[in-house]
Amino acid sequence: MATDTSTLEPLPIPEPDRPAYRAKPKDWVRENLFSGPVNSIVTIVGALVIAFLAYRALRFLFVTARWEAVHVNLTNYMVGGFPRDELWRLWAAVYLLTLLGGMRWGVSVHRTRPTDGRAEASWRAPLRRFWPFIVFALVVVGLSASPVTAAALLGVGMTAFIGRVAGIRVPPRGVRWVTILFILGCVAAFEVMVAFGGVPYPDWRGLMLTLFLSLGGILLSFPLGVLLALGRRSTFPAIRALSVAYIELIRGVPLITLLFMAFLVLGFFLPPGTQTPSLVARALIAFVLFTAAYVAEVVRGGLQAVPNEQVEAAQALGLSPVKITALIVLPQALRAVIPAMVGQFISLFKDTSLAASIGLAELLRVAEQINGQPRFTGHGLQAETLGFAAFVFWVGAYWMSKTSQRLEKRLGVGER
Amino acid sequence: MGVEAPAYRRSGRPPPWRDVRMLRLLFQIVVVGGVVVIGLWLFGNLATNLDRQGIRTDFDYLDRSAGFAIAGSDFKSSDPVWRALVVGVKNTAIVSGAGILLASILGVVIGVSRLSPNWLIARAASLYVEAVRNIPVLVIIIFMYIAVILKLPSIGNASELFGILVISNSGLVVASVEAAGGGAPLFAASLAVAAVVAVVVLIRRTRRFDRTGQPHHRVLWGAGTFLIIAVVAFVATGTPVAMSLPQRQEFGVTGGIRMSPEFAALLAGLFIYTASHIAEIVRGSILAVSRGQSEAARALGLTEFQRYRFVVLPQALRIMIPPLANQYLNLTKNSSLAVFIAYPEITRITRIAIGQGNPAPQGILILMGIYLFFSLTISAITNLVNRRLTYVTS
Repeated sequence: MATDTSTLEPLPIPEPDRPAYRAKPKDWVRENLFSGPVNSIVTIVGALVIAFLAYRALRFLFVTARWEAVHVNLTNYMVGGFPRDELWRLWAAVYLLTLLGGMRWGVSVHRTRPTDGRAEASWRAPLRRFWPFIVFALVVVGLSASPVTAAALLGVGMTAFIGRVAGIRVPPRGVRWVTILFILGCVAAFEVMVAFGGVPYPDWRGLMLTLFLSLGGILLSFPLGVLLALGRRSTFPAIRALSVAYIELIRGVPLITLLFMAFLVLGFFLPPGTQTPSLVARALIAFVLFTAAYVAEVVRGGLQAVPNEQVEAAQALGLSPVKITALIVLPQALRAVIPAMVGQFISLFKDTSLAASIGLAELLRVAEQINGQPRFTGHGLQAETLGFAAFVFWVGAYWMSKTSQRLEKRLGVGER
Repeated sequence: MGVEAPAYRRSGRPPPWRDVRMLRLLFQIVVVGGVVVIGLWLFGNLATNLDRQGIRTDFDYLDRSAGFAIAGSDFKSSDPVWRALVVGVKNTAIVSGAGILLASILGVVIGVSRLSPNWLIARAASLYVEAVRNIPVLVIIIFMYIAVILKLPSIGNASELFGILVISNSGLVVASVEAAGGGAPLFAASLAVAAVVAVVVLIRRTRRFDRTGQPHHRVLWGAGTFLIIAVVAFVATGTPVAMSLPQRQEFGVTGGIRMSPEFAALLAGLFIYTASHIAEIVRGSILAVSRGQSEAARALGLTEFQRYRFVVLPQALRIMIPPLANQYLNLTKNSSLAVFIAYPEITRITRIAIGQGNPAPQGILILMGIYLFFSLTISAITNLVNRRLTYVTS
C-alpha cells in the first residue's frame, strides 16, 4: 500500500554552512572582463582609453598643473575677504559645531539595529562614512603646506571623535537633550561669528557664504514648503489653486530669473524710503522662494505615501483636522521624505553658485576672480582655480548623496 | 406655552457661524483676501517707486531701438528690442534642442554601460556619473568655456579631424550640407513626400501583420521606400545638394557650420551634466522592470537582444518618460546660465536690455513668461507621449 505523501511534513533541509563564494582571481577576470570575443575587445579598447585619460589627468594633477594660485588663495576660497584678525571666530565656530555634531552622531549609534550598531561603533565607521572630507582635509593640507593648518584640521577631526565618544556614553534618555544642544550650538556658532565686533553675514564670502546660503535656504524654505504642500493637498479649492499656481509658476522658471528679480526688482516692492536689504539677504530670499516650491513637491510625495487608514483611525479617535495633520500625517510624511529632502539640499548647495550672477563672491566667483589677480593674470591657470572649486563642491555633494542613500536604507523607505 | 424655535432650527440647518460650509467659505475668502491685499500692497509700492524714479510701467520700450548688436546674427543695434528677444528665444531653442539630443544619446549609452556585465565598462560609467552629477552645472559650463575652449589653439594652428571638424579657440566648424543649384527646394519637397509615403507604408505593413500575422519588416519597408524616392528625386533634380567642408584659411574658416566658442561651451556643459542624470534614470528604469519579465523571456527562449528589444525596454520606457521629461525641462532652464559666458540666448539678451536702461520689472516678467511657455510646451509634449504609451489596465 502506497503511502499518501501529500500529508507528510517535508523534512527540514539543513542549510549547509557554506562559506561565501569567492571566485579565484583568474575566474573573476574571465567572467567579468573576457567572457566572450566582443567583451574582450570592449575591455581592451576601454582599458586603453581609460589608461590614456588617467595618464593625462594624473600628469595634469602632479606635473603640469601650477597650484600656487590655489596655494596662495586658500583662505580666500574658504572665507574671501574675511578680516584675518577675526579668523579665530570661524575656528571657534567650527570646533563648537564639530564637537556637538560628533556628539549627535555618537548618540545615533544607540538607535541603529544591533548588527549595524557594532559596525557603527568600530573605529572604521568614520573612515567609511567621512572619507570625502578626509580627502578634502588632505588636499587642503597638501595645498597649504602649512603645519598650522594641518594641526588645526587634525584638531577638528579629534574634536569630532571626542564628541562621538561622549555621545555614545549619553544614556538613551538624554538623546533629545543632545539634539537641543546641537541646535543651540548652531545659534551659538552664528553668534560667535557676528556678535561683539564680529563680521555680519552680508560680508561673508567664499565657501562660508556658499554654506550659509545653502543652510539658510533649506531651513527657511522648509516651513514654507510644508505649508505649500499641505495647501496643495487641502480640501479648500481656493487654497489649493493658490498653492498649485505658486508651485507650478516657480518650477517653470529658471532660478536665475528669480535671482535677477531679487537683484533688480525686489527693492521696488518695498515701501518708498525703505533700505533695500543687503545683496546676501536678497539672494537668500530668491533661494528660499525657489526651493520652497521644490520642497513642497517632495513633501507632497510624502503626504501621498501616508495610508488613508491613518487619517480614518485618527478621525475615529475624535482628533481635530489640525491635530490629525500635525500629529498623525506630517510626522509620517516627513520621515518618509528625509532622503529626498537631502537630495533637494544637494541641489540647493550646487545652485548657490548662481549667486555669482548678482555679484556675490561665493566659492565659484572667488575662483574666477583669482585669475584676475595681478600675479596670476595671463598665466592661464583657470583649470587649476576652477578645478579646486569644483572639487570642493564635489566633496560636499557626494558626501550628502551617500548620506541620503544610507538614510534611505536605514529608514526602510520603499521597502514596505 | 410653545416657545418658537429659532429660524435656523426650523429649517434643519445649523446657524451660519457653526455651518461648516459657511466656515469653509469664510476661511478661503480670508486667505485669498489676505494674499490679494499683500499683492496689491506690493504692487502699489512698485507703482509708487517706479513713478518716483521716472520708470515707465508700459511695454512701449519693446518698439524702441535696442542700442546693442548681437554677435552671430543679423540683428543690428537700430532694430527694436522685441526683435532682440525673438533672436534670444531662437537661440535658447537651438541650444536646448541640441543639448537634449546629445544628452539623451550620451545618457542612454552611460546608463546602459553601468549595467554592463563588463566590470571595467560598468565601473568607468559609474565613475562618470558620480563625478559629474555632484558638480554644479554652472561650474562645468564655465570650466568648459574658460579652461577648455578658450585654451584651444588659435585659428592659425587649429586642429582638424578628418576634414569634417575644425577645432580652435574661435569656435568649432563642422561640415554641413548646403544647397547647390536650383533644384534644392524641389528636392526638399520630394523628401517630405518620401517621408509621408514611408510612414504610410510602415502603417500598412503593421496593419497587415495584425491581420495576417505574417512578418511585417516594417522598418525595412519604410526605410526602403524613403531611400528609393530620395535617390530618384536626387537624380531627377540634378544633384541639388553638396557637402560643405570647412576649409581652413589664413584668418578663419570658410564653409561648414560655425559654432561660437560660447555656444560650444554652453552646449558641452549642459549635455555633459544632464547626461549623468539621464544615465541614472535609464539605469533605474531598466532595473525597475521586474525580474519575472526577464525570467519569462528567457524561459520562452528569446535571445538576449530580443529580451531587451521586446520585453525589457518597452516597459522601461514607460517608467522612464516622466523623469526624463523633467531632465529635459531642467536642461532648458539651465540654458539660462549662458548669462555667465555671453551666449546670446533670452536671459542674456534680457540682462543686456535691462543694462541699456530698459525697465527691469517688465523685462523679467517677459523672461519668466517665455520660460513658462517652454516649460508648458515640454510638459504638453510629454503628456501626449505618456498617454500614448501608458498601459491600459482594465
